[in-house]
Amino acid sequence: MAWLNDVIQGILLGGLYALFAAGLSLIFGVMRLVNLAHGDLSLLAAYAALLIVGPLDINPFLSIFLVVLLVAVFGYILQRGFLNFALEDDPMPTILATFGLSIVIQNLLLEVFSANSKGLDAGTIETQALKITDQISIGWFPLITLVTSVVVLFALQLYLNRTRMGRAFRATSDNQEAAQLMGIDNRHLYGLAMAIALGIVAIAGVFLGIRTTFNPSVGPARLIFAYEAVIIGGLGSVWGTLVGGMLLGVAQTIGAHLDPGWGVLAGHLLFLAVLVLRPRGLFAKQVQA
Amino acid sequence: MSGRQLRVERQTRASRVGVPAAIIILAIAVSLPLWGSSNLMKTGVTFLTLVALAQMWNLLAGYAGLLSVGQQAFVGIGAYGVWALAEKGGVHPFVAVPIAGLIAAAFALPTAGLTFRLRGGYFAVGTWVVAEVFRLLVINIAWLGGGSGGSITSVGRIARDTREAAVYWLALGVAVGAVVLVYLILRSKGGLALASIRDDQTAAAGLGVNTVRSKLWVYVLSAFGCGTTGAVIYLNLLTVQPEGAFSLNWSALMIFTVVIGGVGTIEGPILGALIFFGLQQVLSDYGSWYLVLIGTIAATSAVFAKQGLWGILNRRWTLELFPVRRRVDLDSDADPPATEPDAQPTDRPKGSASAPSEDG
Repeated sequence: MAWLNDVIQGILLGGLYALFAAGLSLIFGVMRLVNLAHGDLSLLAAYAALLIVGPLDINPFLSIFLVVLLVAVFGYILQRGFLNFALEDDPMPTILATFGLSIVIQNLLLEVFSANSKGLDAGTIETQALKITDQISIGWFPLITLVTSVVVLFALQLYLNRTRMGRAFRATSDNQEAAQLMGIDNRHLYGLAMAIALGIVAIAGVFLGIRTTFNPSVGPARLIFAYEAVIIGGLGSVWGTLVGGMLLGVAQTIGAHLDPGWGVLAGHLLFLAVLVLRPRGLFAKQVQA
Repeated sequence: MSGRQLRVERQTRASRVGVPAAIIILAIAVSLPLWGSSNLMKTGVTFLTLVALAQMWNLLAGYAGLLSVGQQAFVGIGAYGVWALAEKGGVHPFVAVPIAGLIAAAFALPTAGLTFRLRGGYFAVGTWVVAEVFRLLVINIAWLGGGSGGSITSVGRIARDTREAAVYWLALGVAVGAVVLVYLILRSKGGLALASIRDDQTAAAGLGVNTVRSKLWVYVLSAFGCGTTGAVIYLNLLTVQPEGAFSLNWSALMIFTVVIGGVGTIEGPILGALIFFGLQQVLSDYGSWYLVLIGTIAATSAVFAKQGLWGILNRRWTLELFPVRRRVDLDSDADPPATEPDAQPTDRPKGSASAPSEDG
């Protein structure tokens, strides 16, 4: 039964990872950009929530709306003012630029907020749980996280499939030049993609801040978990990413159950195993030439 | 009768001046322990190992197109290698340095087997994950000191003056060795293959270059260089800890140095190391603000000045100190340089066309 509990907790944790991963996957799909600062940007959102929650005296859940807006606007400006100039066939400039950004954000946060751990206090909901049996209980907060994640992914999927802008995203993803010839403004589109991606990861950042304490050095690990969820699930598959995140979460909770030091390591090993056995991931979209 | 003679050469005017200058600088550097203070030697080790690491990353990214963000794996393995060999194996710490490099190279093979399945940005994060795996494994292995690491006590038994001088010379060795290694690779047939991969991988493969094998070689060599350098760094620091030895900051160090100096040149990383090191020293009282500043410069130059500072300087004046390219010179007394439009200004330094030729 204890194992079943691990699996359930892992699946719930996977919801958070999918929330981290969705934006990473979206911008890679649209503009072939791997954002190495993704995790640090989510942390930036957590710190932004920290700044907002105090003076306004509101629940962190409410701060999400403002934080998402702020981070999304920042994302649009970042893309149009900087990263758009780095986009080319060679991935080197974007990797180096986002890596630099990652280190800059980490050290800025370190200087401004110090290395001390901070946390967002969402009240009693953080500790309340739905007791199912003596050994299995589902925390309300992890459940809210998973539901939010599913809703966000569903909304993203709808947006991409049903709206005019979503069609432009998919067109650009399939063939950038042809899309441009059809009158799509790439620069604006990329800015919008980054805004959406960072808006989603801002939600993840605030949820992370409620779930655990955080400090400026935990950003890179968020990027790595998100990336692993994307690769395990398979590139280009929204629901694959969710399953990838859940598998990663389960591997981590089971690993941690065996030995507290093995949690994260078990997740990495699962990722490497998938890389060896199914390099395209478990649910990769059919790759077209 | 013919007014034109073709001359193929590698030397540039700068390299002709550069070689004697380099010998003088090297002589000063070698003799430093004889006249320099202990502090100066320690600072020297920091700078020289930065040059070595930057050269190794540049070899990977600048020539083989392998954008690794995980070279801290091999710095850490080198550090732990020298520690384990000296403390557990009873090997003399200085002898252990190159062996630690070989251990890192050995670990590079399975790492390549995994990460070479990924491309571009995904390769970058993949190498990072593998570095994290090594860090977590070390933390979980009690024999390696677990999370708290250990001290290299055996090197402490050597007299302090001797030890500091020896570690300094080792650092000088890895820095010069890294530069010479990259230079020799680039001048070899394999280097030609690498340059072709850098310029156009598909075309290179089409012309019969075994791109995977070339990349694998570079990856393993770079791991060896990073491992050896990591061993020297930790002989200087005397304590190893998993968080420090496998820190992402090693990658930040190498990447920023190379990007600011100039990717894909031998001179760039040296220039970048001077800038990085200078800023680090000047801003040493301001915590990690130097990383904020250097990171900003590096990110900006990665987008807006891809050739780095050396590229900018080299475009203005042909300065190649380590010429690896062959240039065709038209030795033309009848043809004043002005009639030849400056098609390739970087390949043809002004004035060298009329320089007396000895082998022509």
